[in-house]
Amino acid sequence: MTASQIIFYILSAFILGMGILSVTSRKIFRSAIWLLFSLIGIAGLYFWMEVEFIAAVQIVVYVGGIVVLIIFSIFLTQQSGKEMQKAPLMRKIAGALAVVFGFAFTYMLIDRYGFKPKSVVFDNSVARIGNAMLNTEQGGFSLPFEVVSILLLAAMIGCIVIALKIKPTEQ
Amino acid sequence: MSEVPISHILFVSTALFFIGMYGLFTRRNMITMLMSIELMLNSVNINFVTFNKYLYPEKLDGIFFTIFIITIAAAEAAVAIAIIINLYRSHKSIDVEDATEMKY
Repeated sequence: MTASQIIFYILSAFILGMGILSVTSRKIFRSAIWLLFSLIGIAGLYFWMEVEFIAAVQIVVYVGGIVVLIIFSIFLTQQSGKEMQKAPLMRKIAGALAVVFGFAFTYMLIDRYGFKPKSVVFDNSVARIGNAMLNTEQGGFSLPFEVVSILLLAAMIGCIVIALKIKPTEQ
Repeated sequence: MSEVPISHILFVSTALFFIGMYGLFTRRNMITMLMSIELMLNSVNINFVTFNKYLYPEKLDGIFFTIFIITIAAAEAAVAIAIIINLYRSHKSIDVEDATEMKY
């Protein structure tokens, strides 16, 4: 086993373990912290795959943004020391069965498919990504870029409108 | 890099997807359900990057899908948390079983 393989298997075990803890922990704040570690592990996996830009985006947006947002909303809506109520046993068993069988079938398909990797070097430098992102010709992504920016604007306005506190009108 | 077969990387992403699905099935608290959805979106991102890197290394489509999915996940999380906070104000609870106004 080479160092690269060992790093990959350690990272995978870390991601999956933290993910399992995150969906089974009964304290909601701890659950958010396990999710944070799982996302950091995924960023590490991107670094291992040498896609540094995606890894940086993962850390900035997920770890620095979404998890902080989730933790704030936990503070605003929950008593974070209290344990959540247990799921009924029946629901747990049914969920576990569905998940195990779904996983088994999906992985069987993946394992049988026989992917053939190409040995071309994958050039994903930031310069190439930036050129493709703002390119209007064939192979450019400027239209989805604009659509996503409109979506972000709409989401921002929507959040402000939804979370706005309506003051009781004074007579 | 090619010492690890692709199917092992896909094993991680598939397992992560089904872990998120288990959370979605068993949890009834909206914030924890949102966290499960984040796990599932992340597993999809791992898939896209893997396919792009190992099967189509001359293209960049998988990278761009990942970037756009991360962006949309951020927008989705922000809107969902705004809805959750608003629901908490009116119901004093964020359990999905308690939000039944539009059920029938």
